[in-house]
Amino acid sequence: MKLDLDPEYEAFRAEVSETLAKNRHLAPTSEDKGYKNARRIAWQKLLIKHGLAARTIPKAYGGYGGEPDILKARIIAEEFARTRTPGPMAGQGISMLVPTLLELGTEAQKQAYIRPTIEGEMIWCQGYSEPGAGSDLAALRTSAVEDGDHYVINGSKIWTSTAKQADMIFCLVRTDPAAKKHEGITYITFPMSTPGIEVRPLVDMTGSANFNEVFFTNVRVPKSGVIAKPNVGWQVANATLTHERGMLGDPNATKARFLELVTVMKDESVNGRRLIDNPLLRDRLMKLQSEVYAMQANGLRITTSRLKGEPAGLAGLIVKLNGCDLNHEIARLAIDALGELGILYEDGEHLRADGSWQWRYMYDLGLIIGGGTAQIQKNIIAERGLDMPREPKLAKA
Amino acid sequence: MEFALSEDQRLLQDSLKGVLAGAASLDQIRKIAVGDADASNALETALADFGLASLLVPEDAGGLGLGLLDACLVQEALGYHIAPSGFLAGALAATALGAYPDLLNLIAAGEARFGLAVTEMTSRRDGAGVSLAKGKLSGKSLLAMNVEGATHLLVADNDAHLHVVEAIKDVVQMRTIDKTRAFHEVKYAGSKPVASPETGDRFLAVARLLVAADTLGAAQAMIDKAVAYAAERQQFGRVIGSFQAVKHMCAEMAAKLEPGRALIWHAAHALDIGDPEGPVMANLAKSYMAEAGTFIARTSTELHGGMGFTDLVGLHYWYKRIGVNRQLFGSPEQARETAAELQGLLA
Repeated sequence: MKLDLDPEYEAFRAEVSETLAKNRHLAPTSEDKGYKNARRIAWQKLLIKHGLAARTIPKAYGGYGGEPDILKARIIAEEFARTRTPGPMAGQGISMLVPTLLELGTEAQKQAYIRPTIEGEMIWCQGYSEPGAGSDLAALRTSAVEDGDHYVINGSKIWTSTAKQADMIFCLVRTDPAAKKHEGITYITFPMSTPGIEVRPLVDMTGSANFNEVFFTNVRVPKSGVIAKPNVGWQVANATLTHERGMLGDPNATKARFLELVTVMKDESVNGRRLIDNPLLRDRLMKLQSEVYAMQANGLRITTSRLKGEPAGLAGLIVKLNGCDLNHEIARLAIDALGELGILYEDGEHLRADGSWQWRYMYDLGLIIGGGTAQIQKNIIAERGLDMPREPKLAKA
Repeated sequence: MEFALSEDQRLLQDSLKGVLAGAASLDQIRKIAVGDADASNALETALADFGLASLLVPEDAGGLGLGLLDACLVQEALGYHIAPSGFLAGALAATALGAYPDLLNLIAAGEARFGLAVTEMTSRRDGAGVSLAKGKLSGKSLLAMNVEGATHLLVADNDAHLHVVEAIKDVVQMRTIDKTRAFHEVKYAGSKPVASPETGDRFLAVARLLVAADTLGAAQAMIDKAVAYAAERQQFGRVIGSFQAVKHMCAEMAAKLEPGRALIWHAAHALDIGDPEGPVMANLAKSYMAEAGTFIARTSTELHGGMGFTDLVGLHYWYKRIGVNRQLFGSPEQARETAAELQGLLA
């Protein structure tokens, strides 16, 4: 057991902290909304230049070109969280498509897509889920039929975040309807401007449309957009799903929210008494702190496993389930602590924290469901972590 | 950076588990629970041979000089096998008595065996409590541990100060749900302390952390038993572990337990290196494991169906171990309040 870092890493931390402090004034603010906002793009480019974003992506593709170093990545994340500096961009293009391209893309695909994606100039959306294929993703039915150098795509996708803003989509389509369900799927990329694509916003419980439905009617796309080769899309997608699950439930983000909650409870008073001086609320706060600390320690365990190149086992499998639930619980306590004023939303003189706690309490429930539902996570924990038997296949009627 | 157990630590725990698999098998534990002196002595001898008593005693006082993380691994193994042991009391005595090398020497040599009478540190009842007047202790401690065969007693007075007295004869057993561990009421009539150590926040933090580790072990055993039972028991023509309702119970237990393990390691390490956050983490670990343990004790029992409720399977010994641990050295609510206080969150 050794938690302190070698001097080389402490020096790196100091360097990161200094870079952030020096450039903090250039960071986007809450005024800088939307994708392709000039200030956000400039900030992203600055972060890449200093190796604080796209760190391990080769220089040839617009990245910083650093060696993979889990500790340095961790230090960077910690310093952004600690100093509450707006972090690097993190869309599905950056966190899911780019790693997939680096692993399986052709040189032409890497050249065309990686640089604009990591710089925030090219926005991607992910076309995986369908109305009839949620947890059972491999049951997807959107079809792609060969026509010379093209595929003609018909079908629909759902839960497509950023589809309205996206320039490009990475999409799972069925290219071989006769094959077994996992074996006839292809992973393909194409522009969202292709004729025949219709995007309909899907308004959710937060009151805004964080997701969309996407409909494809005779959409002709070039075969050159296929990643790897036809009919191995399931394997390609699994490579990226691993990246997605790693994103959901990050304990550093949870710790940052917990600290915000502590601040709320220290700053806000009801009947002349600070919220934190209410013993019932304080007890709940401490209970959440025990869980936040436990997940942080669990994260240290995972980091160590990764450093050693060993699988993280149960410690890794529980992160999405526990982390998303914990975020939701933190928002719930914030709302309870704010009491009657906790129900305010959107705007108004008495609104606290821009209504973000209510927004999170709703949006975080979406994250408990999305990216592999809590129930699917429990299946995975039981089957892969505890070696329990898989669900027997139903006999065909 | 390395957040993991060392080879030595793994070896320590594995070899102790090997000893306990024999001397603290469920058959042996059942005998101990009905007062079989041979079974108790056999376990005690096996643990003494293992050298547990001197584990936390510094090397210059004749001990092994290991740390709290090692002590947590030992306590976890004891909890896993629901083994009664004087280890907890001895480890806490060693923690408290850093300024008393003579006493540490006796502990390391196996000549001093400590009982623990510190319940009044966290909750003093009407009609109980220990007061110090003119250098002598009088009054009553409830739920003292490891009193039988003890040569010394570590006692908390009404101001939460600790004292060491020589063995007290005036004791009455207090029956609890846990028949494997003995608890006593102890009466003092002018006992003169031979030592009065100052321990600050650390003593209670260590006590709570070790109990959390004990619950970790007991809860892990309950998960292991549930998973094994689910792989064996058949209903509706298939093993029940293939039903999602049952799988999800196991997944929930594992998802609650694993972070607790990491938190205990982190807290122990923080206390070992003198990190000021150590006592906060230890108190949070006590709270965390009390809650997770309670959930696991209930869920594992439920997963075993009717058999879980019987004496035949013996699962109740673990259930009761966890239930008792939840209250020892303060409830989870008290541990959380201590954590808040240590962080300056109280007005």
